Amino acid sequence: MESMLHITTLHYLVLGAALFLLGVIGVLTRRNVVIVLMSIELILNAVNLNLVAFSRMWGGLHGQVFAIFVITDAAAEAAVGLGILIAFFRNKETVNIDEVNLLKW
Amino acid sequence: MVIGGILVITRKNAVHSALALIVALLAQASLYLMLYAPFVAGVQIILYAGGIMVLFLFVIMLVSIERSMKERQFNSQWVVGTIAAVALGGLFIAVYAKGKNTFPEHALSVVEDTNTQEVAKLLYGQYMFAFEIASLLLLVAIIGAVVMAKKRI
Amino acid sequence: MHEVIQYISSYLTSDKTPGAAGNMFWAFVYIMLVFLGLSVAVIAMNWLERKILAHMQVRLGPMRVGPHGLLQPIADAIKLLLKEDIMPAEADGFVFWMAPLIVVLAAFTVFVVVPFGPTHAVTDMNIGILFMLGVSSLSVLGIVMAGWASNSHYPLIGALRSSAQMVSYEVAMGLAVVSAILMTSLNASGTGTLSMIGIVQAQLAQGEWFIFKFFPLGLIAFFIFAVAMVAETNRAPFDLAEAESELTAGFHTEYSGFRWSLFFLAEYSAMIAVSSIAVTLWLGGWLRPFPNWLSGETWNQIFNLFPGVTFLFFAAICFYNTVRMPKHPLFRIQTLGLAGFGVVLGLIGLILFYPPVSGRMQDVFWFSAKVAGFMYMYIWYRGTFPRYRFDQLMQMGWKVLLPMGLGVLILTAGVALLQEYLKQIWHL
Repeated sequence: MESMLHITTLHYLVLGAALFLLGVIGVLTRRNVVIVLMSIELILNAVNLNLVAFSRMWGGLHGQVFAIFVITDAAAEAAVGLGILIAFFRNKETVNIDEVNLLKW
Repeated sequence: MVIGGILVITRKNAVHSALALIVALLAQASLYLMLYAPFVAGVQIILYAGGIMVLFLFVIMLVSIERSMKERQFNSQWVVGTIAAVALGGLFIAVYAKGKNTFPEHALSVVEDTNTQEVAKLLYGQYMFAFEIASLLLLVAIIGAVVMAKKRI
Repeated sequence: MHEVIQYISSYLTSDKTPGAAGNMFWAFVYIMLVFLGLSVAVIAMNWLERKILAHMQVRLGPMRVGPHGLLQPIADAIKLLLKEDIMPAEADGFVFWMAPLIVVLAAFTVFVVVPFGPTHAVTDMNIGILFMLGVSSLSVLGIVMAGWASNSHYPLIGALRSSAQMVSYEVAMGLAVVSAILMTSLNASGTGTLSMIGIVQAQLAQGEWFIFKFFPLGLIAFFIFAVAMVAETNRAPFDLAEAESELTAGFHTEYSGFRWSLFFLAEYSAMIAVSSIAVTLWLGGWLRPFPNWLSGETWNQIFNLFPGVTFLFFAAICFYNTVRMPKHPLFRIQTLGLAGFGVVLGLIGLILFYPPVSGRMQDVFWFSAKVAGFMYMYIWYRGTFPRYRFDQLMQMGWKVLLPMGLGVLILTAGVALLQEYLKQIWHL
């Protein structure tokens, strides 16, 4: 047990950065709008992980409270985003993000 | 959790992506438990895995994905997107390699069995204003989503 | 051998749950016991449901399989295990396979925090009630997946309706639960608790079950939760999504054999889980009736006799029915079987009279008795009420139960504040 790796804050931060990166790749490269929205949720989760890891490091609970607020906001944003998606889908019959180009000149 | 994340962004079938995201969220909840944050873990399970993902699954079923499953997966800007993401990854690696020694060796251990009470004290004391604003935001989001998804206003 | 006995007895007299004591072996033993108890309870529920529904409809129910149909659930289980496992051709294999798994996992994981006694839970999490509500909302995911993966119309519609109903009534359930948790904070230190064991201890400290507190607010909150929990588990009268005459069987139409029995197992386990939430929050958990009012050694001893007396009563019913069995040679095996069952029940009753066992099992007995009462109510509702139409169901969830829940919450908070204020004035 002595040679076991201590899980320091840095490990959590690296994990958060990896998730953030995966989310960014998902947002930038996927074609299906629903998967883009899910990648945004991944990004928000990575941020939450960072917040709670820092809250543990400093001993106060402010990070956890802020993480709760972030989760609440993620719920609101997912609801509105999916509402927009449904309204768009009703008009154009596709969930392809390349075809969201009504404002293109 | 990383495997879940990778599966989210690479699956062609949107329902498989949603399932992978659920796995990632539940793994995140267990990470919160490791970080001595049981209340945030509970909130994560109820809200994210039990609420938001149900919403996502509903919408995936309403929006028929038969056509989109036969199309290509990656959009037309995937080259630029990948380059930008790789640049961001490089930035992260540089920052963490440089700042590796600013974190203390052993993390403090926080007492766990009064976590909910302490979070509540902070939430209703210092962050009361943010709490009220968050509830207002949720109200606006509910009204917005209903208006957006209605057939006729 | 001596160390083993010492280890066992040193644990049995400790005052912490296995999770709090960090003892993995006993936690495992408790998990196995809970799992076993749950399986026995589900089997018993199957038999009881058919018999009680039958007697409510003035008929007899299963009588042939064992004596008075006692072996019927076992016959059902064997039949389900031997059935062919069909998967629809166009169905999504992985999701089809995962859906019953998720529902069963969610239904069984809830029992980690259910308190059968002050130290008789597998673990006592700080966020006990939050964990239970959260994990039981994961079963909605499994239902949605089941409906989608079957790739046919009826399961999809059934799954969407069923999950919409479950999500709507979760909100009302949550509000009722919050108003009960509010009542736990009316103690000396002014802080409440979310842990299940803490909630029952708060009821003990405040001297009344929360259903009677701030009358009628506790009662209304209990009523809201009782209605919402029936809707949450998709049981009658809210079972539109799985009723046979409506949508062929809703989201589990395409499942056969063992997979269907997993859904069925998960449904009964979820029923027992939400009943145990209701018992813990409002009916005093493992406390015997009148724990503070009728206290003292004699009353304790009288109430200690209850478990043994109950089992002896069941044994007496068995023997009475044995005597009433038809005296035909073909019925000999059944008569012997029933008499044997009666003897087993009688032995359990006699064991429960033995003081060390009785002291330890007292809490478990009262908890199980209250949950059994709730199970009887479930079966009663199924036999009595007509089914709700889906739009009536959603209307009731959002337009009736939600405002009632909000009202009860605000009123409870107001009355609690008033009580604290008056206490401060009078004791100054």
